[in-house]
Amino acid sequence: MKYETDLPVMLPLERHQSEPFLGLKSKHILTVALIAIIGPCVAFAQAPSGQESPLAVLVNWAPLLLKGFIFNLIISISAMAFGTAIGAILGLGQISLIAATRHSSWFVTQFFRNAPWLVLLFFAMFLLPFEINILGFKIPFPDWLKAILGLSLPVMANVSEIVRGAVRSLPSGQWEAAESLAYTRMQTLWLIILPQCVKRMLPPWMNLYSILTMATVLASIVGVSEVMTLTGQALASEGGRPELLAPFYGFVLLLFFIYCYPIARFTVWLEKKYAVIN
Amino acid sequence: MSWTTADPMVSLKDVHKSFGELKVLNGVSLDVMKGDVICIIGPSGSGKSTLIRCINALNDIQQGSILVEGQEVNDPKVDKLELRKKVGMVFQQYNLFPHKTALQNVMMAPIRVLKHDKIKVEEVARALIKKVRLEGKENAYPGELSGGQQQRVAIARSLAMQPDVILFDEVTAALDPETVGEVLQTIKDLAEDGMTCILVTHEMAFAREVADHIYFTDRGVIVEHGPPETFFQNAQDPRTKEFLSQIL
Ligand SMILES: Nc1ncnc2c1ncn2[C@@H]1O[C@H](COP(=O)(O)OP(=O)(O)O)[C@@H](O)[C@H]1O
Ligand SMILES: [Mg+2]
Repeated sequence: MKYETDLPVMLPLERHQSEPFLGLKSKHILTVALIAIIGPCVAFAQAPSGQESPLAVLVNWAPLLLKGFIFNLIISISAMAFGTAIGAILGLGQISLIAATRHSSWFVTQFFRNAPWLVLLFFAMFLLPFEINILGFKIPFPDWLKAILGLSLPVMANVSEIVRGAVRSLPSGQWEAAESLAYTRMQTLWLIILPQCVKRMLPPWMNLYSILTMATVLASIVGVSEVMTLTGQALASEGGRPELLAPFYGFVLLLFFIYCYPIARFTVWLEKKYAVIN
Repeated sequence: MSWTTADPMVSLKDVHKSFGELKVLNGVSLDVMKGDVICIIGPSGSGKSTLIRCINALNDIQQGSILVEGQEVNDPKVDKLELRKKVGMVFQQYNLFPHKTALQNVMMAPIRVLKHDKIKVEEVARALIKKVRLEGKENAYPGELSGGQQQRVAIARSLAMQPDVILFDEVTAALDPETVGEVLQTIKDLAEDGMTCILVTHEMAFAREVADHIYFTDRGVIVEHGPPETFFQNAQDPRTKEFLSQIL
């Protein structure tokens, strides 16, 4: 519909004249680039003569830091997968018709959802044994595996709430229609309710993944060789030159930004898309 | 004692139902014979939806008896799934499954619940879609259909289960006026085919035309009932008269 008006409020809102790359405008890219460039340059200016420039040092270490970052990603993906699997079960437990299941699932969910992630990580680190004995075989239980388990606890609790919320958000008419067609409760859940929930669960689930990815650096506190630990070690072995701090940590920030930002954009896009449909 | 078609298909005796403190049904009795079309009318909140939802055990009752083909529904041991295979239901808000196409909506329950052969089910489902005059809309999703079209898919979905009786709860109340007619026509077709129908409706002209019997409810009791001619012309109770004067 086209209409004429002088009232500014009635005019269609003009947004995103040119759809920029991933929603980034040039000024944003500039800011990020500045962090990446100015840091090393300032550091270079401060550097005493006769030493390798900070940028060159960073380039030397970059492959190792990248490996560390990939380890962070592996931790995040594993913790997400494990937490999602258990969390989905817990979420279904929260809508069980059996009161005991419902209440205990609710309690576990609330307990782990309202606990600081770092505390849960310590909890997993120091409570789990360093190896487990199964049928006489000693299976080692390394720190990184404990970190994955520790981080999957809050993921589990949050996924549980996402599942419960999505199921509750469907109109009760869907349940009633299924009931009146003689579907069992299990069939209703699997054929009718959950397929509709997937769309609703995807954006919050991806949000959670972003948060988890950024939280993987907590594993450095408990000594896992992920990107922060390695950065610290690299800095130490360079003799703790203060001018190296900014470029090194700037580099780590950049890695996380490059990985997490597209996920955030995609989440927003999904949310918009499904908002239109529903 | 087994049920025969000479007995009522649905028989309610002194049904009482409350939600907590709120008494919604206060002793309702009615009989529906096979092939009958009955209409339940009455003011909003008088318990009409609750009444028909008790028949397929979507609501339980506290007191009284509901027999469907001779089987007691008010019995903790009743097999609700078996009951619901016999009693279809169509809702005011259609409640189609939005992630499935019209055809899939119709086919799903016979395949998953009745475990019927998929190829035969599809044949029947396509015939039903045609019967409700929606040929060509088989692959449309509910969101792409008008209210009237969705409601006709919902009727086809219920018919696909081959129920013995269908409950209709104000199925035209949420529709745009221009699509009410097509849904009423579909129900009329069903009634002519001999389907047993229990309808809650505000469409008085329609009730008068298709119903074998009309029940007027108010505050959880049946105030007055009778065949349409006598009901509409010789209403006795002042509450019925007042309701009819408001709505006609
Ligand atoms: N699930 C429920 N829980 C509590 N009260 C209900 C529930 N369903 C219906 N009621 C109440 O029961 C009364 C009758 O409702 P209903 O059967 O829907 O009436 P009608 O269909 O005639 O408008 C209303 O007062 C309504 O608020
Ligand atoms: Mg109602």
